[in-house]
Amino acid sequence: MAITTPVLAAIDQTLTRRRPPSTVLYEWVSTVDHKKIGLMYIAYGLIFLLIGGLEATLMRIQLAVPNNHFVSPQVFNRLFTMHGTTMVFWVGMMVLFGFGNYLVPLMIGARDMAFPRLNAFSFWISAFGGVLLYFSYLAGDGLYGMGSAPDVGWFAYAPLTAKVFSPGHSTDYWTLSILLSGIGSTGTALNIVTTTICMRCKGMKMMRLPLFVWLMLVASFLVFVAVSPLTAAQIMLIIDRYLGAHFFDTQAGGSAVLWMHFFWIFGHPEVYILVLPAFGFVSEIIPVFSRKAIFGYPAMVAATVAIGFISLSVWAHHMFTVGMGPEGNTFFVFSTMVISVPTGIKIFNWLGTLWGGKIIFKVPMMFCIAFLFQFLVAGLTGIMLSAAPFNWQLSGSYFVIAHFHYVLVGSIITALFGAFYYWYPKVTGRLMSETLGKWHFWLFIIGFHLTFDLMHVPGLLGMPRRIYTYEASRGWGWLNLLVGIGALFQAAGTLVFVYNLVRSYYRGEIAGPDPWDAWTLEWATPSPPPAYNFAVEPTVYSRRPLWDLKHPEDQDTEYE
Amino acid sequence: MQHSLRLASQGFADSPTSIFDPAATPAHWAFGLSKLVLSITLGIFLTVGGLMLYAVIRFRQRPSDPQREPAQIYGSDQIELSWTVIPILVVVMLFLTTTRVIWQTEAAPKPPVAVDVVVIGHQFWWEYRYPKLGVVTANELHVPVSDPAMPTPTYLAMSSADTDHSFWVPRLAGKMDVIPNRRNTMWIDPQVPGLYLGQCAQYCGTQHAKMLLRVYAQSPEDFAAWIKQQQKPADPDLSGNPAAAEGQTVFMRNACINCHTIAGTVGTGRYGPDLTHLASRDTIASGSVQNTPENLRKWIADPNSMKPGVLMPPMHLNDHDLDVITAYLTTLH
Amino acid sequence: MMQTSSTIPISAQVEPPWVLPSRGVVGMACLIMAESAIFIIFVVAYIYYIGRSLSGPMPAQVLELPIFSTICLLSSSFTVHYAVSALRKDNVRGCTLGLAGTVLLGAIFLTMTGREWYHLIHDFGLTIRTNLFGTTFYSLVGLHATHVVIGLTMLTIALTLSVTGHVKETHAERLDVLSIYWHFVDGVWVVVFLVVYVLGR
Repeated sequence: MAITTPVLAAIDQTLTRRRPPSTVLYEWVSTVDHKKIGLMYIAYGLIFLLIGGLEATLMRIQLAVPNNHFVSPQVFNRLFTMHGTTMVFWVGMMVLFGFGNYLVPLMIGARDMAFPRLNAFSFWISAFGGVLLYFSYLAGDGLYGMGSAPDVGWFAYAPLTAKVFSPGHSTDYWTLSILLSGIGSTGTALNIVTTTICMRCKGMKMMRLPLFVWLMLVASFLVFVAVSPLTAAQIMLIIDRYLGAHFFDTQAGGSAVLWMHFFWIFGHPEVYILVLPAFGFVSEIIPVFSRKAIFGYPAMVAATVAIGFISLSVWAHHMFTVGMGPEGNTFFVFSTMVISVPTGIKIFNWLGTLWGGKIIFKVPMMFCIAFLFQFLVAGLTGIMLSAAPFNWQLSGSYFVIAHFHYVLVGSIITALFGAFYYWYPKVTGRLMSETLGKWHFWLFIIGFHLTFDLMHVPGLLGMPRRIYTYEASRGWGWLNLLVGIGALFQAAGTLVFVYNLVRSYYRGEIAGPDPWDAWTLEWATPSPPPAYNFAVEPTVYSRRPLWDLKHPEDQDTEYE
Repeated sequence: MQHSLRLASQGFADSPTSIFDPAATPAHWAFGLSKLVLSITLGIFLTVGGLMLYAVIRFRQRPSDPQREPAQIYGSDQIELSWTVIPILVVVMLFLTTTRVIWQTEAAPKPPVAVDVVVIGHQFWWEYRYPKLGVVTANELHVPVSDPAMPTPTYLAMSSADTDHSFWVPRLAGKMDVIPNRRNTMWIDPQVPGLYLGQCAQYCGTQHAKMLLRVYAQSPEDFAAWIKQQQKPADPDLSGNPAAAEGQTVFMRNACINCHTIAGTVGTGRYGPDLTHLASRDTIASGSVQNTPENLRKWIADPNSMKPGVLMPPMHLNDHDLDVITAYLTTLH
Repeated sequence: MMQTSSTIPISAQVEPPWVLPSRGVVGMACLIMAESAIFIIFVVAYIYYIGRSLSGPMPAQVLELPIFSTICLLSSSFTVHYAVSALRKDNVRGCTLGLAGTVLLGAIFLTMTGREWYHLIHDFGLTIRTNLFGTTFYSLVGLHATHVVIGLTMLTIALTLSVTGHVKETHAERLDVLSIYWHFVDGVWVVVFLVVYVLGR
């Protein structure tokens, strides 16, 4: 039986004296505390979210009516390249790794990450990559022709990236910044894996880890095997561009398709790297707001690991149209359809958790419910895309754009918003405003559905992606107009969210250590947690240590 | 609401590039498969989505609820097994159907009467060569209609001269990428005469958006007549048209011939579209501009103003030269 | 209020001893996993482009089996292993000796690679620009050589510390982590050797 001791609140009082800004700045820049680094990741990612969102809005204005001249084709091509690159590498990776950094040590009862200095290094190298990417706007053409961001698309198919087709340095900025981001991601992933394996508190067996930690763990393993191929491919591209080698030089016998394979060996697992942490958020929030333990924990873990493995064998479903022949296509149809089984298990288990619970509609839970529906649709359009002959019509069209935005926005960003509302009180000690949260929720969800539900349709009507304008006679105009209006709703919702973040920091209701009556270890420390996380290193006996404390009559330990 | 509904139905019916309006066998097969996939996924959506909706409403917290926590259920082997096995069965069924359509399309035997066309993608236009018929043209692909009883499909052997492109005419077939240093093939067999539209579906550079596709499906007689006309070199007799004759001289003296071919003349460049029968085409600038003398003149004066990023440079000709070149080009039937 | 609601379960009686793997070893295993993925991509590119060069020289004409340097590099795995086990037994002298041997063997390997490259560039005019063989050969062998340089740098630091008497038995685990990296570099060479000099020739 566990003996409990009160946290020594006295020593948990962190410094509240006002200090000069330079001291504060120095403290943040030089910090190796996983919580501060996590927050820097998140803040950095949020800034880039606003930049990427602005780029998206500009594109939607350009496409709102046929034959529009709002931006030139060159500017448009840069916009979609920067939008995609920014959102994947400096929003998705940054924010999710930020949450991982902040939460993993707290959830496993550790005092910091395994390699705190590597952690800081990883953040700063990724952050520098983002700056480098945007520096291209100033220096992409060299000093002669200022102002040229990369315009090769976020998957930068060869040979468009060759010196012949992309002169100047904009593509070099793209490739170098992604290389840096890759190094940073690998470092953080290494840290998360090592922390999870080597820093668990007493009794925190692998099968007692909170699901979020499991999902971060699998996502981090995927970083090793998925981001590294991208790093290798970027090295090859750099060698091609700077030393005149021929990896992707089709004139010298090189292969354009090889780049596609290398890119998507990264690109598809990358989707799972981004979505697994989102699954983690949902797997933490749904049980708490249903007041029930997660349904089928072992199956959830098994499904996560299965997704991790299968996701390594599905990459070429992005390449059904490159002429792989019927054998190759058949294999990738199979592996792609199979991955829907473990993914389905996850959805059913969340449903099982809701079933028979007592669902409390706080803002975090609202986002998670929206996530469930939207992720269901994203998965189903994914099944449509996996049927190769249907895919020959859909790939490269706006249907695909709608599908993966359903995953990235409808699932990942939506779950992420839920996570913000859920863990904000832990981080700041204050709750976010529920009223503003509901405004944010409804504006964003309405905007999301207006934009991305309708975006499927132009794809079905033959509209390819990455075109800066189109003819009126194609019949895509009214759809694109509505899609653009939806983008404005989403932008408004996001601004409400940002306002809520800032306002609640000063005016939010004081949260206390455990405002949601939750069960994992991070809620056992004060909010915000002190630098050392836990005054006394905890010991756990079940998956829900705080549940056991609160319900001595009905312990989790009895069900393991 | 009603207005937008009307707009919606109009939009679907009006689009000339809807994948749900197939006019050739590969597109029909894809459409057939899509109907199956759509109905299965719709069924899953209604079932799972319905259960979610039910759970969210039925199990919401009510003020009358007792204070204590609900019963904790940690899992159930039977239920979990069933929602693993049922999806596996659905997946197997879908996979088998999909596989059949893949092989049907990609491994279809090529009949000896098939028309062969070599498609070469360029930044930002299409080159079409009919090797057996000795015809070279650009941007407007002519194919015979195919009678399902006696199919005369057209086989496209595709490659690219520069970056990656993709050939997509939604009503005829799904897309196939056009990749340098690689040869891909696909086939189409439009069954109704008419014009089928599409466009490049793989980002290929600045003017990817205006790399449009036009496929003219013609009755066998019309197609034969078109081939016959295209096989002829450009008409050398410009004696009745002094402006055109002067235009020809200007054309041959300028850099035009470095990039453009006009059969029967010294112009043999292959970097730009073949102009031998330019006047027989409906459009210029890869399908993005109507082929009228005014547009042609404007195009030659400054292609970049009509298609920013196009690789054809402005020729800096004076007004007189522009007039006579346009006069010459409009004679190239 | 905080005192009462914020509580941490701790335990007086301890379960079976709670032993977790060493951070260094796990971290190095992760790094090796990531590095292996990079090498796999380069090896795949090498294999894919075998025989696809549009012009000479071809591997069969110019490559010779680097038997001696391979023996040097592979035996350096034994010396570094000896260094670690010596340090575990608190035999600092043996450790220094093992490290010195490793550094020497690694340096010989690098020199041999340098000579091979000089020969290829100077006598056959094969550079990274010449053809697909040159492109893939220099990048794959060069990537491996870069790893040798990194490993050698760290080994040299360890050797210097050991010579100056800063290395003690307590550092055995750290040296072990470094030796794992060195074994990995050796293992990669076996793959590179097989692909480049056996399969590719």
